[in-house]
Amino acid sequence: MTELARRTPWAAGLAVLVLTVPACSGGGDGDGDGNKGDGKPKTFTVANQEPTHLAPGAANDSYSIHVVNALFDRLTKINSAGKVVNEQAASITSTDQKKWTIKVKPGLTFHNGEPVTAQSYVDAWNTAAYGPNGWENNYYFGNIKGYDALNPEDPDGDEGPKKAPKPKTDKLSGLKVVDGQTFEVTLTGSFSQFPLTLAFTGFAPMPKGAAADLKAFDQRPIGTGPFMLTGSGWEHNKQITLKKFAGYKGGRPAHADGMTFKIYASRDTAYTDLVAGRVDILETIPPAKISEAKRLLGDRFVATPSGTMDYLEFPLYDKRFRNRDLRYAISMAINRQAIVETVFNNAFNPTGSIVSPIVPGYRPNACGTPCTYLPRHAKDYFDKAGGFSGTLELWFSNADPSYEQWMTDVANQLKQNLGINDVKFRKIPVADYLSNLSDHKATGPYRANWVMDYPSAENYLTTRCGDANRMSYDGEACMDLVTKGNRADSIEESVRFYQRAEQTLLKDLPATPLWNWQNQQGYSKRVGNVRFDPYENSAHYDQVTVK
Amino acid sequence: MWRYAVRRVLQMVPVLLGTTLFIYVLVFALPGDPIRALAGEKPLPDSVYQALRDHYHLDDPLLVQYGRYVFGVLFRGDFGETFNGQSVGQLIADSWTVTAQLAATAWLFELVVGMSLGVWAGLSAARRGGRGGGTRRGGFADAAVLGGTTVAIAIPSFVLAYSAQLVFGLKLGWFPTAGTDAGWPMSYLLPGMVVAAAELGYVARLTRTSLVENMRADYVRTAVSKGLPRHRVVVRHTLRNSLIPVVTYLGTQIGYFMAGSIIVEGIFNLPGIGHEIWLALQIKEGPTIVGIVTFLVLVYLFANLVVDLLYGVLDPRIRYD
Repeated sequence: MTELARRTPWAAGLAVLVLTVPACSGGGDGDGDGNKGDGKPKTFTVANQEPTHLAPGAANDSYSIHVVNALFDRLTKINSAGKVVNEQAASITSTDQKKWTIKVKPGLTFHNGEPVTAQSYVDAWNTAAYGPNGWENNYYFGNIKGYDALNPEDPDGDEGPKKAPKPKTDKLSGLKVVDGQTFEVTLTGSFSQFPLTLAFTGFAPMPKGAAADLKAFDQRPIGTGPFMLTGSGWEHNKQITLKKFAGYKGGRPAHADGMTFKIYASRDTAYTDLVAGRVDILETIPPAKISEAKRLLGDRFVATPSGTMDYLEFPLYDKRFRNRDLRYAISMAINRQAIVETVFNNAFNPTGSIVSPIVPGYRPNACGTPCTYLPRHAKDYFDKAGGFSGTLELWFSNADPSYEQWMTDVANQLKQNLGINDVKFRKIPVADYLSNLSDHKATGPYRANWVMDYPSAENYLTTRCGDANRMSYDGEACMDLVTKGNRADSIEESVRFYQRAEQTLLKDLPATPLWNWQNQQGYSKRVGNVRFDPYENSAHYDQVTVK
Repeated sequence: MWRYAVRRVLQMVPVLLGTTLFIYVLVFALPGDPIRALAGEKPLPDSVYQALRDHYHLDDPLLVQYGRYVFGVLFRGDFGETFNGQSVGQLIADSWTVTAQLAATAWLFELVVGMSLGVWAGLSAARRGGRGGGTRRGGFADAAVLGGTTVAIAIPSFVLAYSAQLVFGLKLGWFPTAGTDAGWPMSYLLPGMVVAAAELGYVARLTRTSLVENMRADYVRTAVSKGLPRHRVVVRHTLRNSLIPVVTYLGTQIGYFMAGSIIVEGIFNLPGIGHEIWLALQIKEGPTIVGIVTFLVLVYLFANLVVDLLYGVLDPRIRYD
């Protein structure tokens, strides 16, 4: 177009005419929130992707959770030090870590004015735990007594013709309302981390009317948080408009008059809009743009560690990988620092720990030597293991091009440092990838990723040591320590056991830690007091002020 | 002509049924379990998994699924439901208004700029070439259009899209960088120009070639020797006849533009058809894929019908029976 315009005088005239229209119309880029102290509502925008669900019990991806977090308060929250503090709960107590008594603060209301009671929580949890509702956060309720009755097992597995029978009840037997603001929760086993888990958005309360039409509640939830949906609410693929909840009495009142989640298809576009000042907060600056963002945004670029980890897991059901020396050799032959520099632009941090730095009880490089880049030692271990026979297949999904990039580096390092020359990639469609792993079809080390549910080492360890782990790892010793931690009298005391469990796991090394993700965030000049919370992977929307 | 149109519309029914069945089979055959993928890295209890599969009827045999789909569409106007609980009918309606605005903008650019350039180059070539000159190149305008369109066709659309976004959106601030906030036409001008840039080259060249050929036709010589003014010869006699191939091309372009542009819609964050089908394919969202593709087949069929009918308007010698 520009090429044409230069060479052809009248076409150039036309182009100039077209191009100058916007210049004349000025201010045509209205977000409808051009607030310059002229009494207009002060609102800000946040870049997001299209959420899958807005009902707390169903919302399990981070884009959905960002919105649910603005709409709902929970019983507890995690403060900036990683400690759990009460939010809507007046008290959460237990003598045996198994039976918990929860008192809900009086005087709190939903966006429709309905009071938040013990029943609001019990209703919400029963709804999410009831299998036939098909809510994805269902498994978070698995340790409450009576969960099995709401989620009968399929008698002959996925492949069999029979289907799971319909549950006989839709109420968790472990939940009991004592009085208006008090309820009791009985767990299947002692679990000292329970108050921590309650900070997750999946445990938010539900108003009375919602159960009658869950689909409507999912599209237009009535929450308890600092912001509520406006009349236009969730305009799919475009935006979600929220306003300040005037009747809010909780602990995180909104400073701004409203906020809008703008839906972006691509992070690159969202970033361009942030630089152009057309969106105020972006929580996922693409790694490739980081050095530019640092330069253009200055102090308004903020990186915080996140709870998300990448691991390389070994399929122990393949006997070649049952040899620990081989696993050590591979782990020590990987130059994590170099990969993080070249592939991720230093957006991630290399790690030798199973848990993330934001989790209480984290120790830097808890793994020690086996997760350190030591090519000579690696070769020694490799020779001790008797080398490797056959093709080494590296598995990853096609969800993001960076996976193949870092796997290529891993393959080269294994060739160079261990002399494994026959390395092949197995790049699997994303919809297929995880079922391949859980069905034990991976024929070589594979990329594994963990997004933290709640800041407790237990969350990382149970997934890898427990019976349900995908590696066929016999994690009994590790799991015993986790269980001891779960039974400990306090969260602080439990950490000691979790650290020992992590040590046991790392010694066996069925999975080697690679790197810890960081959140790369930025904001525009229009907004102030933007504080990013590593536990939410988002800003504290309530504290954001609009200039 | 009306009987012809009605017959053509009736012919669309088997074509539509055939294509939807074909697409259904293809989606069915896609590897991967969409419900498992929904849960990401988190465990999905059997009960929830089964509830979701039942909700989307994923366990039924292919023909039962297809039958239910066709029945739903025909008798209840129900195109199914996306994995985030949105009706596919509504999704198509919403995303299509976006794509239609983009398509209209791009198409207008293509029509006006492409044809103007073609006529300009064509007249220049005809004048220079003269009698017996044939389609030989000539004139500054001809060379300029040829060169310019070659460059425009050669640049990949994502390069053009990012450059345009950077220069006109970010640096100069003439247009919104992305999104539909500013409405039509502001939000659509820049992406529209990007989509049209490569295509208008073809329109310009088609118009030019066709015009140059027709300028040598006998009836043009007759018109000139009758002493008709030049603009009348060009506009009424030559151009009108030269437009048939161009109209055919522009007609198929409607279908092409209506299919949306995955790349341009993605870069400019326009939630249109191309963007939606791309997202749906990634998560194997059957109802959305089938719904959108069926809709696109319809658009193509109608665009072709309109083109066929337009022939008669442009050239009265063409008859329909």
